[in-house]
Amino acid sequence: MKKVLVISGKGGTGKTTISSTLIDLLDIKALADCDVDAPNLHLVSSFDDKSLLKEDQFKGMDIFQINSDLCINCGKCQENCKFDSIDFVDNKYQINPLACEGCGVCEFVCPVNAISPIDNYVGSTQVFKTDKLFSTAKLTMGSGNSGKLVSQVKKNLDDNIKDEPIAIIDGSPGIGCPVIASLSAIDVALVVTEPSLSGLSDLKRIVKTAQVFKTKTAIIINKADLNLDVKKLIIKYINESDLVLLGEINYDNNVSKIINSQNSLAKVNTLASKQIKLIAEKLLSLVHESQ
Amino acid sequence: MSRIAVLSGKGGSGKTFVSTNLSNIMNNSTYLDCDVEEPNGHIFFKDSELKYEKKVYRDIPTFDSNKCVGCRDCVNFCKFSALAFIKDTPLLFDEVCHSCGGCELVCKHDAIHYEKSQVGTLSVYDNNSKKIVSGEMRIGEASAVSLISEVLKEVSDNSIIDCPPGSACSTMESIKGADYCILVTEPTIFSLHNIQMIVELVELFNIPYGFVINKSNKDLDYIIEDYVKTLNKKILAKIPFSKEVAQITSEGKLITNENEDVKNLFYNLLNNINEKVN
Repeated sequence: MKKVLVISGKGGTGKTTISSTLIDLLDIKALADCDVDAPNLHLVSSFDDKSLLKEDQFKGMDIFQINSDLCINCGKCQENCKFDSIDFVDNKYQINPLACEGCGVCEFVCPVNAISPIDNYVGSTQVFKTDKLFSTAKLTMGSGNSGKLVSQVKKNLDDNIKDEPIAIIDGSPGIGCPVIASLSAIDVALVVTEPSLSGLSDLKRIVKTAQVFKTKTAIIINKADLNLDVKKLIIKYINESDLVLLGEINYDNNVSKIINSQNSLAKVNTLASKQIKLIAEKLLSLVHESQ
Repeated sequence: MSRIAVLSGKGGSGKTFVSTNLSNIMNNSTYLDCDVEEPNGHIFFKDSELKYEKKVYRDIPTFDSNKCVGCRDCVNFCKFSALAFIKDTPLLFDEVCHSCGGCELVCKHDAIHYEKSQVGTLSVYDNNSKKIVSGEMRIGEASAVSLISEVLKEVSDNSIIDCPPGSACSTMESIKGADYCILVTEPTIFSLHNIQMIVELVELFNIPYGFVINKSNKDLDYIIEDYVKTLNKKILAKIPFSKEVAQITSEGKLITNENEDVKNLFYNLLNNINEKVN
């Protein structure tokens, strides 16, 4: 199964809209949402509670807890914690569960064994099945562990569907740990950009990140007619960097109305949907080349 | 006087747009770009003078192979699986190392010492009595948290904090110490879904907050307005969608320098926030 990951660096360039349209146009049967701290693909996919195959709580790294009956207030835990997660309140040392990263240094330095690990549930994973299989997750707000959860979403996809030619995975913005976790074992990274100076700056950073993983990278310019001068700069960058330009999508007023009504762009005939059809065809040949 | 954090959950809703334009109309403000994975705020402050730039480091372990006896205590201790034992020496996967210091503590043979590894760069600019602070994470680095905390050291009592998208650890780090949060939304079902996670986060931190609807559209604003009503909160400002705003912003220009109507909207937004904070 060839895996296509849709990413963008900059948020709001159209990852989820384009992913969902490509899924419909190419009748993709295997899909996943790796944007675990702001997942949205489920909003434009036809999966309801009836199609929920399994849901599991997601356990992140253990965090630690101080038993104040045993604690002798020596303060060694606080002294050695690199994450400032141990507070001294009401004459007691306490670990702030939101700041604790679970390294276990406090447990190690405690002379009286007053510190022990506790389970830390930081989100949930869901797998939906209709004639398609959809793996997604939701991270509890404020949590670390996003990379670990992304890996679980991808594993759930692999475990539940195999004999499909292509899987499409919606990624997250940025270039940090969820994106890095998303990029492993990906065949084609599809980067959605927009012609703004911010979009261009972010494009360069996400492309470099993908190159660290030697992932084959193709670009889509969304809202392409918004700024023709910056679009030229983007095309110049694409050519100079030996990247593939998969296509352009013009700004189309109808798109947000269609998406808000939870309709698929694949089923309507607007300029944007025609342009995405061309992109879908090129994507197919690109994926086949990557074999 | 306040420290205002600007968040959105969904990327591309207009965090940087709102943050940079608000800073622009405030006197002696400090703008802090905590979206260190993809920092863009500095693009909008033309003719800024670079005051200083410094590399930001975190500590990662190094191994003295002469002292290492191969006991594997460090590898066994590391909760992040950042160490492996290969060819009689511990090997570090620095992108997953959390710099906790545990391996150095458990090593009985004094074979592990920490040294500095670059996470990114912090730049501080001066722009017409405004201070612009920008962090840029090194590509391939996984965690933005240490760099964000370095950016926030430059905070003043008159600051706008431009946060990263999402609601995970780097967003949480960015709002520590904020007096007020502006939640930037757009009238889409995506934005509505993501902003609810941000509301949970700011309520957990007990920070007062209000909403801005960006790319406002009278036929669609109900998507956000209905939700805001259920919280008994107010919409601080609506910034109408227009292609002119989008184009000017795409050129890296501040709309508050180009369009009087939008500038007045931002003044109203600032007044609304000042009433809430003071």
